[in-house]
Amino acid sequence: MKTTSLNQTHRDMNAKMVDFGGWDMPLHYGSQLDEHHKVRRDAGMFDVSHMLAVDIKGEGARDFLRRLVANNVDKLVQPGKALYTCMLNPHGGVIDDLIIYYLSESHFRMVVNAGTADKDLAWMQAQRDERAPQLEIIPRRDLAMIAVQGPNARARVWEVIAGSQAATEGLKLFQAVFFDQYFIARTGYTGEDGFEIMLPANEAAEFWNALAAAGVAPAGLGARDTLRLEAGMNLYGQDMDETASPLESGLGWTVDLKTDREFIGKEALLAAPAKQQLIGLVLLDRGVLRSHQKVSTANGASEGEITSGGFSPTLNQSIALARVPLTVAAGDEVQVIVRDKALRAKAVKYPFVRNGKILV
Amino acid sequence: MSIPNDLRYTKSHEWVKLGNDGIATVGITQHAQELLGDMVFVETPVVGCKLKQGEECAVVESVKAAADVYSPISGEVTAANPELEVAPEKINQDAYAAWLFKLKPVNAADVNLLMDAAGYQKMLESEEH
Repeated sequence: MKTTSLNQTHRDMNAKMVDFGGWDMPLHYGSQLDEHHKVRRDAGMFDVSHMLAVDIKGEGARDFLRRLVANNVDKLVQPGKALYTCMLNPHGGVIDDLIIYYLSESHFRMVVNAGTADKDLAWMQAQRDERAPQLEIIPRRDLAMIAVQGPNARARVWEVIAGSQAATEGLKLFQAVFFDQYFIARTGYTGEDGFEIMLPANEAAEFWNALAAAGVAPAGLGARDTLRLEAGMNLYGQDMDETASPLESGLGWTVDLKTDREFIGKEALLAAPAKQQLIGLVLLDRGVLRSHQKVSTANGASEGEITSGGFSPTLNQSIALARVPLTVAAGDEVQVIVRDKALRAKAVKYPFVRNGKILV
Repeated sequence: MSIPNDLRYTKSHEWVKLGNDGIATVGITQHAQELLGDMVFVETPVVGCKLKQGEECAVVESVKAAADVYSPISGEVTAANPELEVAPEKINQDAYAAWLFKLKPVNAADVNLLMDAAGYQKMLESEEH
């Protein structure tokens, strides 16, 4: 199994390790619920080194990305600015969702999912070979990534990295900056404030332990999933994949169809307007919503399916994202089939939780 | 991990305790709760319902997954633990105290046909390999 540079550190902290798409990763360090609350109320940290940073270097990098991804990289004007986007196949299906950082006209950095990294690289290299052979596509497995998240996350990082406060306290959301050997971005996957920090892999353990000493709680993939679900953030492979349109996956806001820019998948999206949508569900009966459970509307006529479901520690009830027909509106009551029983759920606009506050 | 000597165990990780009153108390083992993680929902069987050995009769759900609970023996449900409805985490805190339901066995001797602590321990060890 593949391991990150923090593998032994996790074991030393009594992590329960699991196979996550071929990576040996921490699920939790004792209690997933405690870790979740720590992130919402204070500060927690996640090893996300299994995700892959990819540098795109060379002349014409921006042009290459204009065509490669569905969001418009021309929104990236200030160096350090980040953009969330999907990379689509010609049929409009989602190859991956990723973040692109603009560093200079000849240097962009992408962060892609772990499970799709090999496929993404192959796809990008093929596109590069065809359109922009001068570009270098450089996977950065030499970097570790640690997400420090929570209302006190930035302050803890400033305690640990001397001098970093002045360099990073002016960062707005989705902005990043290099500081010493660190690449510090004000991004995350929890709905809380914080940083995602890249650094040389061989320095990750020391940095992780310093954060722990400063009071940042280690948190595993379990808490990462419940936090991102509450924050209404999509998970690749569950809420969208190559068979799903971003327009039916709650990602329409990331697809730029307004400009005349040509990008891979655009034609297919224009030819197939959305028939379904992603909505939030809050379970009204007792139980737990899980992915693939069937959703039906009150009259039972239209059908949908939960893409991500689980228990929300912040709401203390079960929530889900579900793909349902466009006719379902926020406030509607729907039924979810859980073990042959129809449970009542309310359709809501998500996110469910942001910055520690319940929004539904 | 200690496995209490006064209980009997199933392959599907339930424990059973036969009381002096002839009533069997059922729960899930420490090992099962560790595998599942933080509990968030428990569905217990209806009192009065007649269960066959091996029948699905309860559900425990953690943050991670839902797991069916099977009746270790045949019998009639005489009680369900009301505490677990509001505090499923009690299973995490002490799996051998947080019972799920009680049964009046069709045949109390069936309990003694289940694995004892040593047998359950042996099974867990073999599962690890």
